[in-house]
Amino acid sequence: MRKLTQKIRGLKKTTKVDFATYLGVILAFIAVTLLGRFGLLNRSLTGMLVPICAYIVMAVSLNLTVGILGELSLGHAGFMSVGAFSGVIAAQSLQGAIPSAPVRLAVAILVGAVFAAAAGFIVGVPVLRLRGDYLAIVTLAFGEIIKELINCLLVGYDSRGLHMAFNVSGSLTINDLGLEPDGMAIIKGAQGATGTTTIATFTAGFILIMITLVIVLNLVRSRAGRAIMALRDNRIAAESVGINVTKYKLMAFVTSASLAGAAGALYGLNYSNLAASKFSFDTSILVLVYVVLGGLGNMWGSIIAAAVLYILPEALREFADYRMLVYAVVLILVMLATNNDQLKALAGRILPKRKGAADNG
Amino acid sequence: MKKKNLAARLLAGAMCLSLLAGCSSTGGTPASGAPSQGAQESQPAQNDNQGGQTAGGTFKLGGIGPLTTDTAIYGKAAMNGAQIAVDEINALGGAIQFELQAEDDQADPELGVNAYHKLLDDGAQIIVGSVTSGSGIAVSAETFKDRVFTLTPSGSSVDVIDGKDNVFQVCFTDPNQGTGSADYISENLPGAKVAVIYRNDDAYSQGIRDTFVAEADAKGMSIVYQGTFTKDTQTDFSVQLAGAQNAGADVLFLPIYYQPASVILAQAAAMSYAPTFFGVDGMDGILTMEGFDTKLAEGVMLLTPFSADAEDERTQNFVKKYNELHGETPNQFAADGYDAVYVIYEAIQAAGCTAGMSAADICEALVKAMTTISVDGLTGQGMTWKASGEVSKAPMAVVIKDGVYVTP
Repeated sequence: MRKLTQKIRGLKKTTKVDFATYLGVILAFIAVTLLGRFGLLNRSLTGMLVPICAYIVMAVSLNLTVGILGELSLGHAGFMSVGAFSGVIAAQSLQGAIPSAPVRLAVAILVGAVFAAAAGFIVGVPVLRLRGDYLAIVTLAFGEIIKELINCLLVGYDSRGLHMAFNVSGSLTINDLGLEPDGMAIIKGAQGATGTTTIATFTAGFILIMITLVIVLNLVRSRAGRAIMALRDNRIAAESVGINVTKYKLMAFVTSASLAGAAGALYGLNYSNLAASKFSFDTSILVLVYVVLGGLGNMWGSIIAAAVLYILPEALREFADYRMLVYAVVLILVMLATNNDQLKALAGRILPKRKGAADNG
Repeated sequence: MKKKNLAARLLAGAMCLSLLAGCSSTGGTPASGAPSQGAQESQPAQNDNQGGQTAGGTFKLGGIGPLTTDTAIYGKAAMNGAQIAVDEINALGGAIQFELQAEDDQADPELGVNAYHKLLDDGAQIIVGSVTSGSGIAVSAETFKDRVFTLTPSGSSVDVIDGKDNVFQVCFTDPNQGTGSADYISENLPGAKVAVIYRNDDAYSQGIRDTFVAEADAKGMSIVYQGTFTKDTQTDFSVQLAGAQNAGADVLFLPIYYQPASVILAQAAAMSYAPTFFGVDGMDGILTMEGFDTKLAEGVMLLTPFSADAEDERTQNFVKKYNELHGETPNQFAADGYDAVYVIYEAIQAAGCTAGMSAADICEALVKAMTTISVDGLTGQGMTWKASGEVSKAPMAVVIKDGVYVTP
């Protein structure tokens, strides 16, 4: 026992924070599962678990771009959208081939991640050569372009396989795909994906969060992660010591995009109806708010912020019409409170170790 | 100075905490409401002992609709209308009493599902919603899984009821609206050159347009122009209007909501292009829109099952009551909401449900009863339902004259 404590003491502070983050997520999962088992969770909260998981993964992955890479991305919902719709197509069309729902969900999440990574690569190669505000503008545009593209997308599935059409003229409908009578429409253009079999579960969401954390935290603490942070802190100095700017930027950006795609697939398979307009600029900003309030570069902060800020507007339903007003006031107060030096100093005095952790984490 | 600052921050923190405390107490409300729910449930149980299959008790209805954001006018109207019906039925003092709780979904599937779960937590047994199709599809998938009877006042997409035996509609489905409009135009405006402007990122608009075009082709009508827009481009229609004008269209079919329609009407007037505008139920509400000059809507035709100027006594009573309570003329959504509650009332009577029954039992009983009842409502006489959930009633076209609907 003493050896173990010594070992833990000997660990680097960042490693401790990482392990604490894993442990916190696992404990939260066990606690929620147990509460659910004993029927102590109300339906509202049970229904919110999957979207909370999806938004946590979104927040952690965006934190990689914004906090670690130091680039402002305003189109993160675009990657979520790519992942959601590719995931839904995969899950719906594989219904016959893979009868087991959890396996199908895993495949769908993987497909979502791969497609979003591809989109991230295509966007990243030209865009990451831009600096500062330009990247924000291009990612913003990307999010909107994805929305418009999916609005034009018609996808159906029948015994002959997958059928796709691009409704650029606006005059095609799902009937133009020529599906067989037993075929099913998966994405009906602007109407989005309707009639999706919902297979997303909280357990799957938890596993996805853990995988995301393992990927992101290991990337951040690795040699590549240090190179990425060096780029963030001083690009010229980093270049001068021979760090390949495009390679490392692309590494962080594509990872971030693929995780957002995985979150999207989980989210998409939780609702029987999904329209592209859901993944608008507003959603990108919402996730950015989670990241900023949780703390840039602070992964456990993003997790807590996403969970709390998702539940908050729902918990404020009693305020009826004033709900969003109260939500905004709470956001401002949280911002004031977390950026207050006196409060930080106070917290530092009570929890001396926490302060260092927060600064490093 | 610094101390003052600290005090201010602390106060802010305290306010923040009190807000959080506020939400924890909201979590407590349903729990504290539960005993009274139980008390209500015991009452019908007694009824049960006495009268066997007599329907009775206080049923809790859960309403879902957009009460905020840009589609709020629909959600609010439907919920206000439903509340009026609830009050009327409760005032009758019969065995069946209702309680309505309305929750906001901002017309978003995700929030719709959240609102639905919240309503079930609060003890809702029957769902009146969702008011919009997008949210309705997601919510009805959940109610189908949980076996909760669902009656949507105005979620008009086929996907809302498709494959779900427990979901019924008060309004027409989108295909019916599209076909109905095409039939009406081909009969009453023969030889018209039709242009369509629709929103192609909206299930409702796209759905009606698809069936309209299909029916128009079948009837041999000439569609000379089709213009699209999206949520982000609904502030300027000069391109689409110029396109329709150049194509020589004399009927402009607008299967869209009233907000973009108001912009179209204003811009068309500005470029002195005056075709016959033809809308569907989403156009309803344009006359009560804030800041809209109702003169622009002069001569607009629309397909709606409800007209606030209908002569019958029930409509007039409803309009009067709505005017007193909310200070405006009710639109079709208010009437849909009102009818929805009466449909549930009739179905409960037919099925002989008691409020003590579980939501799933009520659902099974009502599903069986729905196909047998016929309801006279504000939006149609002798409404009946197919097992699919679709309603059968006659569509009605109205034209706007001097700021009110009149039958042409």
